[in-house]
Formats: sequence, structure tokens, C-alpha cells
Amino acid sequence: MADHQLFQDTIAAISTAVSESGIGIIRISGPDAIAAADLVYRSPGGRRRLHDAASHTIHYGFVHDAAGEIIDEVLVSVMRAPRTYTAEDTVEISCHGGILAMRKVLDAVLRCDQREEASCRIHVRAAEPGEFTKRAFLNGRIDLSRAEAVMDLIQAKNEFALKNSVSQVRGMLFQRITELRRQILYQIAHIEASLDDPENLDFAPGLEEFRKELEGWQQSLSHLIRTAEDGRLAAEGIRTVIVGKPNAGKSSLLNLLLGEDRAIVTEIAGTTRDLLTETIHMQGITLLVTDTAGIRESRDIVEQIGVARAKKSIDEADLLLWIVDSSVPLDENDRRVAALLQRHPSVILLNKTDLEEITTKDHVCALLREENIQSDARMIPFSARKGSGYEELTKVLKDMFFHGKLSFNDEVVVTNTRHKLLLEEALASLKTVGESLEQGMSEDFFSIDLMAAYQALGSIIGEEVGEDVVNEIFSKFCMGK
Amino acid sequence: MARVILEEYVDVVIVGAGHAGCEAALACARLGLETVLFTMSVESIAMMPCNPHIGGSSKGHLVREIDALGGEMARCIDHTFLQSRMLNRSKGPAVHSLRAQADKAAYSARMRRTLERQEHLQIRMQEVTGIITDETGTLTGVTTISGTIWHCKAAVLCTGTYLNARCIYGDVSIPTGPNAMQAAGHLTDSLKEHGIEMHRFKTGTPARIDGKTIDYSKMTRQDGDIPVIPFSFETDPSEVQIDQVPVYLTHTNEQTHQLLRENLDRSPLYSGKIKGTGPRYCPSIEDKVVRFSEKPSHQVFVEPQGRDTDEMYIDGMSSSMPEDVQVRMYRTVPGLEHARIVKLAYAIEYDCINSLQLTETFEFRKIHGLFSAGQFNGSSGYEEAAAQGLYAGINAAMKILGRESLRIDRSEGYIGVLVDDLITKENNEPYRMMTSRAEYRLLLRQDNADMRLLEKGYRAGLVPENRYQRFLEKKRRIEEEIMRINKLTVGASASVNEFLSASRSTPLSTSATMAELIRRPELDYQKTSAIDPDRPCLPEDVQEEVNIEIKYEGYIRRQKKQVDQFRRTEHMRIPEGIDYDLVPSLRNEARQKLKEIRPASIGQASRIMGVNPADVSVLMIYLKRNSSISQK
Repeated sequence: MADHQLFQDTIAAISTAVSESGIGIIRISGPDAIAAADLVYRSPGGRRRLHDAASHTIHYGFVHDAAGEIIDEVLVSVMRAPRTYTAEDTVEISCHGGILAMRKVLDAVLRCDQREEASCRIHVRAAEPGEFTKRAFLNGRIDLSRAEAVMDLIQAKNEFALKNSVSQVRGMLFQRITELRRQILYQIAHIEASLDDPENLDFAPGLEEFRKELEGWQQSLSHLIRTAEDGRLAAEGIRTVIVGKPNAGKSSLLNLLLGEDRAIVTEIAGTTRDLLTETIHMQGITLLVTDTAGIRESRDIVEQIGVARAKKSIDEADLLLWIVDSSVPLDENDRRVAALLQRHPSVILLNKTDLEEITTKDHVCALLREENIQSDARMIPFSARKGSGYEELTKVLKDMFFHGKLSFNDEVVVTNTRHKLLLEEALASLKTVGESLEQGMSEDFFSIDLMAAYQALGSIIGEEVGEDVVNEIFSKFCMGK
Repeated sequence: MARVILEEYVDVVIVGAGHAGCEAALACARLGLETVLFTMSVESIAMMPCNPHIGGSSKGHLVREIDALGGEMARCIDHTFLQSRMLNRSKGPAVHSLRAQADKAAYSARMRRTLERQEHLQIRMQEVTGIITDETGTLTGVTTISGTIWHCKAAVLCTGTYLNARCIYGDVSIPTGPNAMQAAGHLTDSLKEHGIEMHRFKTGTPARIDGKTIDYSKMTRQDGDIPVIPFSFETDPSEVQIDQVPVYLTHTNEQTHQLLRENLDRSPLYSGKIKGTGPRYCPSIEDKVVRFSEKPSHQVFVEPQGRDTDEMYIDGMSSSMPEDVQVRMYRTVPGLEHARIVKLAYAIEYDCINSLQLTETFEFRKIHGLFSAGQFNGSSGYEEAAAQGLYAGINAAMKILGRESLRIDRSEGYIGVLVDDLITKENNEPYRMMTSRAEYRLLLRQDNADMRLLEKGYRAGLVPENRYQRFLEKKRRIEEEIMRINKLTVGASASVNEFLSASRSTPLSTSATMAELIRRPELDYQKTSAIDPDRPCLPEDVQEEVNIEIKYEGYIRRQKKQVDQFRRTEHMRIPEGIDYDLVPSLRNEARQKLKEIRPASIGQASRIMGVNPADVSVLMIYLKRNSSISQK
């Protein structure tokens, strides 16, 4: 029999990036699910509350942020325990304002305890990878025979999230967090060492310096949080790669999508050697577009690197845009590119309609048949130079997206949200240290909250705390009488 | 002629009469079990072969906890100390730590007397050479070097640093235990034959110097606290206000360091002669000089070893340098220019176990009825040893008596942290307690050890009824007074504001709660009695608890919330016989670690390095499926 009290906390996550109806869903599950949803939801008249709603009913309305601004127009399903996926009170908020809105709604839900009207016990945290399924199982909603599948799923989701979060936080963010953690750890060790061996070490003389350092950390974190708010922590969107033989017009297409002259466009084949990735918003859909160097064997070393990178980004792509030069006949290069379509949702653009049409749709179809490639890719006559076909492309992409033929991994969005919350958690802990400092508390009170900050930052880059403090104490301070 | 084998029958065998063995033996005998305590020499009972103190940062907490559970260490040191200080007094209450200088001989003598007077307990000077198990892997007895078989229902191994011990300085290597006591050379082999994995650890001690040859005028004198606060909750504070003995502080200098650097190649640590893993927290002086070469000087405490001896302990200068270097080295230190060494410093190597082989009651997973504690478990320190001895002793007794085992989790005591760390984390050096190891330390204070653990000691049967009743009374008074204070409002009257001004505290414009005033940094519970006419007259320990609970309420509440979180997974037990090879989807690293450590709960599993949250989820799902299937 299901034990509904097994989990006392409430979790939320983006449950499906895109459903059949073209709507993204934020799912909230746990004892506070309905109360939390009530804090962010407003009915059209402003009076109806989900609290009073019958189980398994759907409500139209709006999600608003803390300032009262509407984030998105939504449908909210209220489902009370135990007849829900997780056997817990569950609310699903269906929004259709694209990824950005979805993320904002999730953010609002996770932050609902900061609302003035929130009772102090309401709290929602970001779900771990696979956590809804885990709860469903542990609460007895999933057949026992499926336990192994559930376990596999959790490991797979976790691995993906881990891989993603690690790859996302490489670079600047990774370096900054690592550096911050290093500094915080040193001070924790300094405090702890002096508590452990008070006759030998004294933290008090360094207090003023510590105060300054603490302020610096808070500034760095605030800065990182602002970056996260701009959605720059990690790329969220459909990973799109433009493929095509050299000089087919890939860079021109990218420029067209961007509306500016970014990539170098020349008449010489093989000029795009670096990979450019740009974020493009198309009416609610976000594309992360990568332009690739021409897929062909090259003797130029620099270009070879470009080709290798291009192949990797193609492997990871959610969508391929194959650009065919319709002013020249199809050739070996096109065959090689076409082979890529097998594995990916794709759109084929017959570019250069402003020139004489040598290659037609029929030619392309014939090539796909000859190569035995199964693809339901739509074909669009296009002119990157003149911009014709752009509207058709937008429409096709939206269709694909909202019909679920195109999706991106929602873990990315969730990971981003989780990272941001962790950064905020770290900042809040550092602020508490500041307050303790102002109140004249002794340093043993600081280290508790410093530790919390250290831990939160560690979760972002996938580092456990383990014996860090003890190791730092012994490596930096000469202990022991 | 057939050899006659003597056979003896007892309930419990304790091997080793150091700090762990004494506590284990007393616990078992006090619970009414026939107990034999084996020692290599009755002269080494409760010996302190290294430093002459008990307590200190986090170790003082352990001693208080031992007392709350009904152990002996706190009472013994209260009657045999030379000097006592409360460390970190200027810091928060969680890190206040009591530390006493012990009269080593007096401490040993008193503990020996306590053992001798204990009913159901016999002391036996004999080397235990092996363990005997039956075909189910259950312990049935031990053998001694004379061939005698001691049949027993349980045994606790507390062999300290005696197993295959070797003392080393320079190129001298002597096969003895600490203080030149005879080493025990047989038990290791028997344990290995029974499949127990052994480690080899190393530790060291400084020289003892003849006090008559020390010039104290060149050192800084350090006196004890007045008044002295006793370790035991049961000791009457008026009994410990003794005439205290001072400690002296001096420093090493460039000359000392130069000498050591020049002779590094003669150190057995650097020449590779010593292979055991040494502790990082009490490095030898040569180690300090190498690893912290930027430090021009290190502290040296010159500490008395007892009232009836001139021997002084040179704290901070442990070493395994050859004799000539030692003699010259100590003489570079101000005040020790003419020092005569009584006992040379040495390093000691010994066999101990990989403590991951133990369950949460300190019983060997492989051998039922065999328990272990102390340095044999890979820890260091008298207090760590005593705490483990008490814990293992109680649990051995509970097992024999068929009663519920004693468990202390990480949120309940430093002992809980100690036990959990030893059985969960890989340990490459002698394990020492530290306040930074306790994540809920605001709750684990030395002042409230009785509030946390006395109930457990009472349930185990080591805390007598009258003490328990006194404890309940203290608890009731604390709770009532906290309740009264929390309801109390203070008006902005002239007398109140006069008091506040006099205390350099901001006067009130409107009324405030008494709790708010107590939380002001410049005020506390005791100080505010002037503006609290209805305050009852309460004992000092009650006042202290009330003050801490109110003053640090915010921090304490936050920690309690963390503890709630922690307990949830701690209470999800993992069945003992679980076969991790049958759990699908575990990552290999996690599977391997789980198989080795065999955690008792989901909470413990989650603390194992190399087991990630997804592995824990997978494990929970597997357990759920299995328990549901077995219910059908």
C-alpha cells in the first residue's frame, strides 16, 4: 500500500519540454504542490484558488512573478493524492510561451516561498534527475516488475545531467567557482584549525581581512547570479547544426538567421574554419545554431580541426539544417552530408533560388533514395542572400517543435535552474556569515555557514565535500603539539 | 604424556587494558556479565604512554559523552588531574573544550583500583594469542600464550599499539610496545587466518626530560583555570578546586631547524625505515620543519607528568631522530640548554585493522561475537579509545543479554561521528576526533552531553536510577525556565533602561521580549536577572543551558532542521544480507564500495565516497521492490 508520507518535501521540474499539443509542462509534486501553485497562479477573475479545486480538474489562468507581472498564460491541472503519477498531490502547469517562459514559470514555483503571502512551511525544490519516477515507484504507483527500468532511467538521467552540468560549467564559470571554493575552504580550515589548536593559532587577527574577503565573495556570486539570470550559464535550446558542402551558403544562412554579418562569407570554399554558435530566438523557439566548416576531407591542418569539431557537434545535434546549393549539380560531398540525415530530424534548404536551378527537389529525393536514407525532412526553396523562404522555414520549425518532432533535452533547463538556485543558496549563506560577523559572533559560527556555501558551490561543479576541510587543515596549517 | 589444557568459562573477554579496554571491561562487568580483562602487564593498566592530557578540542566533548553514558574516564581524571583549562572560552559554546593535565601514575592507579573493586571483573596478566570460532563463524573463545582456552560469548579486542609493535629512533629498532612494554606477537596471525584485513599504522612521542635540568625562567608559565570545571556531571565542583601545577611554553628556533635539516637523512621516516602511515595532526618536529619550512619557530609545551616525578613531557617535539641528534636538538630550545633526557623520543609502528570491516555496533561482520575498539580500530588518542571501548563494551553486553544495541548517530554525539566515520570512510592514518568532523556541532556541545546521551546510558543499564532521576529534574527545570523566558515581555520602564544603559546596551523605546534582550551580544541570561524579578533560583548548570538555548536559538533551530533532514534517510535500514550483485543499474564503483562497507542505512550509504545520489535512489528502489515482494 502506498505510503504518502514517504517524502515530505515538494519537488518541481520541467516535465516535458514539448508535448503533443505543443505545450511545455511544469510538474510539481509533494505535500505543498497545490499551495505552491496557488502562490504563482491567478485565475482570470483573480479570485478562484486551486486550493478549493476538485481533484483532476483543469483551470485556465496566468502565472505571475513576485512583482505581479504575468509570465505566461497557462492551463493548470490539479490532481490530488493518491490517484496521480507520483501518488502525491500533483499540479501540472502547461505553458506555451516557449522555453524562456517555461523557465520563468519553474523559477517562480521554486521561489514561491519568497512571496509575501507564502506561509513559512511552503517550500519547493528542484527535482533530481528521474525523481518523479522514483517517487512514483516508491509510492507504489509503478508496477514492481518495472523496477529495473526505473533504476536504469534514474542512472541514465543522472549521467546525462552530470555530463551536461560538467560540460556546461567548464570554462569561466567553472574556474570562478573553483577559485571561490578554494578561498572559502582556506578560511574554513583557518577557523577550524584555530579552534582545534587554540594555543597555537588565532583567527581573530585576520578578522578585518576576512571581512573584506567575504564581501568580495558576495560580489562575485552576485555577478554569477546575474549571469545566470541572463540564461548564459548554459545554452538552452535546440542544438542546431547547419550542414552542407563548401560554399553552399551555410554562413549566409547563419547571418540571415542572426540578422547581421557575423560569419565571414567569401566565394572561396573552406573559409569557415571556426565553429560559430549563436543563440537565435524564433517566435518562442530557441535555436543554438552552429555553423560548420565544410564536411570534406581537407589537407589543411587548421581546417581538419574544424572538420573534426563539426563532426562532434553534428553527433550531439537535435536538428540539422542541410543547405543544398541548387545552382550546381549534386556531388560526392552532398552524398556524404545526406548520410547524416538518417540519424537526425532535419530540414533541407534548396539554396540560391536567385540563380539558375540546376538541382531540384526531385534530384535530392532521388539521391536520398539511392543512398537508402529514411528521412521525412521537409524541403524548402530558399535564398539566403535575398531572404526568401525564411518565413516558410520558421513555420516548418514551429510545426516540428510543437508536434514533438523536435525537442531538446529538458535536463539542460532544469540544470540551469538548479545551478542558479545553488548560487543563490551560497550567497545567502555568505550573507548569514556577514550577519554573524556584524553581531560580533565568534568565528566558530562562521564556519557552519561557510561550509554550506562551499557545499552548494560544490554541487554545481559536481564535487563532493568529503574530507576537504580536514585535508586543507593539515596541508595549510601546522597542527599538533 | 598428553598436554593438559586448562579451560576457563566467562561471558566476555576483553583483550587489552588501555583506555578502551578499561571502559569496555567496566561496562560489561557493571551489566552483570562475568568479564576477564587481559593485559600484557598489570603495570600498564590505563597507561598514558604519550601526552599527559585528557580532553582538549572535541576530545573534551568525548569525555563528557563517556560520562553521560556511564563510563569512567571523566570521573577518573577529575580525581587525578594536575591542571585544568577550558579552551576556546572566548568562542561559541559549541567549541568550549575542557582539557586537563593528568598525573599519569595517579590516573593509572585509580583506574586499576576501580577495576579491582568491580564485581564480576577479573584482571589477568597474559598474552592472548588467538581467537576461536565455530563452523558458523561465531566466536567461541580465545587462547592465551600458555595454551589455555577461555570460552566466552563475546570478546572485545582493544590491543592499542601492542600488536607486532616496533619502536624506532635513528637506526635503533626495538620490538616492544609503548614505553618499552612487551609487544604482542601472535594475535595478528590468528586474525589474518580468520580473514581479517590488517593495516600498519605509525605514531610517535617526544622525549621526557628531567625537570631538574630545565630552566623555567626562560619559558612562559601557564596556569590552570580558577575555578576548575569538572569533566563528570557527577563530580561536585568543590572537590576539584585543587592546587594546580603549571605548564611552560617555549619555542624551537632556526638553530633547531637547521640541525634537523642537516640530519634528515638519518631520520627513519625519510630513509624509508618506517613504513607505517603516520598521523598528519601530530607530526614529528622533523616533519614540521620539512613541511612548514616557512615557519621560523614552533611552540613547545613543557608539561608535568605527575606530582611524584620530575619527568617533563616535551609537547610539540616528537621525533624519531637518532639519539645524538635528539640530545642536541632539545638543547637548542630556550630553557632546555642543559636538559638531560630521561626517555628518548621514538616512533612506534603497530598492527591495526581496516575499520570498514566493522558493523555499526563495532562487531566484526565476518566473526559474530567479536568486537573491537580503540587504536586497534585505527584511531588515536586516549579519549577516542575510551569512547570506543565503552561503545563496543556496551554493545557486546547487549548482544549477550539479547537486548537492543546501543546506537548513537551523528546528530547525537561526537561518539556517533567517531563510530560512523570509522565504519564508513576509508582511513589512511590514525583517526583523530576534530570539531570540524561534526556537522551538527552546535547541538553537540560539551555542556549538554547529558541531555543528549544520558537517557541512552540509563537504558543500557550503566546510569543508576538516582542519577537518572536527578537528570530528569535538571531537564525539567531547563525546559520550564526556557518556556517562562520565552513568554516574558519586558517593558520600557525607567529601571529597565537604566540597567540597559549601565550594560552598554541600547535602551528600549517600546517593550521587548526577554529572549530578545538575552540574544543581544552584550547581554545574556545571567546578566538580565536584574530586570527579571520573578526569576527562580536555579543551579549554574541549568542557567548555562537556558542561556545557550535562548541566546543561540536561531542557529540551533537551523541545525535542528538539518538534523530532521538527515534522520529521514538514517532511519531507512538496509537489510544485513543484501547482495549488491543483484542490484541492477548500480555503477561499478558504487557497487564495489557498498559491498565493502555494507552500510546499515540509506543515510550511511549516501556518505560513502563514490556512491552518488542516483546510486542511492537506485538502491532505495531495489529495497522497495524486494520488501514488497517478500510481503506477498
